[in-house]
Amino acid sequence: MHSVTPFIVLSSILFTIGAVGVLTRRNAIVVFMCVELMLNASNLALVAFAKQHGNLDGQVAAFFVMVVAAAEVVVGLAIIMTIFRSRRSASVDDASLLKY
Amino acid sequence: MTAFYILSPIMVLAALGILFVRKAVHGALLLAVVMISLAMLYAALDAPFLFVVQIIVYTGAILMLFLFVLMLVGVDASDSVVETIRGQRLFAILGGLALGVTLVVGVGQISLGTMVGLDVANKDGNIEALANILFSTYVFAFEVTSALLITAAVGAMVLAHRERLTPKPTQAAMAAERVRAYAETGLHLGPLPPPGVFARHNAVDTPALLPDGTAAEASVSRVLAARGTVRSAPRDVDAVQRSIDYDPDGTPVSEASPEGRTGAVNRGPGSSSGPDLSPETPEGGA
Repeated sequence: MHSVTPFIVLSSILFTIGAVGVLTRRNAIVVFMCVELMLNASNLALVAFAKQHGNLDGQVAAFFVMVVAAAEVVVGLAIIMTIFRSRRSASVDDASLLKY
Repeated sequence: MTAFYILSPIMVLAALGILFVRKAVHGALLLAVVMISLAMLYAALDAPFLFVVQIIVYTGAILMLFLFVLMLVGVDASDSVVETIRGQRLFAILGGLALGVTLVVGVGQISLGTMVGLDVANKDGNIEALANILFSTYVFAFEVTSALLITAAVGAMVLAHRERLTPKPTQAAMAAERVRAYAETGLHLGPLPPPGVFARHNAVDTPALLPDGTAAEASVSRVLAARGTVRSAPRDVDAVQRSIDYDPDGTPVSEASPEGRTGAVNRGPGSSSGPDLSPETPEGGA
């Protein structure tokens, strides 16, 4: 193995797919999953660059991303549940009270 | 590198699947595929600690949380295909393509130089080396993380907690309510009929049959009825009788059931077999 470029390319592709998913899907939970996909893609890039540079700082950064993602998912899913309770819908289009 | 070339097509296909599946549960399962494949890539990239953390934290905790919330919200909460902003999907796909092409071409252009590799850094073990960095250089970030986690836990509890606004009904109150409903509307006092009674299958999705052969609507869970997964009951008693090979008067109708039972075949015309005492012929082989 001479280079980690293939890993970075895969990371870019996964990040792009996650971004398109956030923009196109309407179900809040699926949007959230796509955000997770983007975080995972950036983690892959961090770990690959750690190997490229022989430096473990990238792995520590990926570890922190995982911790923050866990906290974010807990609060985000609680918000989705609260919205679902009051509006009986998990669609991002239905939470539009601030529009009017 | 073999692992990479095997796993990367699987990951890209699973990630694309998240974009196209209708049900959120399928999306969660596809995301699990992506995450487990990522964990294997971490192992290939000399990051055994992150390999384990990825499986435990992401696949084990975060995805399970997703599935729990999907269960609460309703597994059938599928996406609507109506666009609220006209042309949004088209522009999103175009923008995504532009982003992807830019990233891939840009990454392809740069040269990263010779790869150093983690052999030196992982000399005393990956976990020991990570712990050394985490508790020296990044110790402040690590401590702040604990504050973040406890804030998230408290926040989730506050958001998900529901205050009881009405007193909890006691058993006596519920019984009184039942009797009152019986007095006013004649609602049946006893429990609801269980599913599958007198029907061909004793499954929860099979409605019980009333003595006249019609299906008892109340015997199947409302949730199953809303999902449309309730098995249809046979139209009438005759259909049930035919399906167990016997007419109401006890004569075999083996021609009516192509896959007919052995009991019916044995008792065909010209057969000289003795009385059929199989349990599904209560009227005996007279």
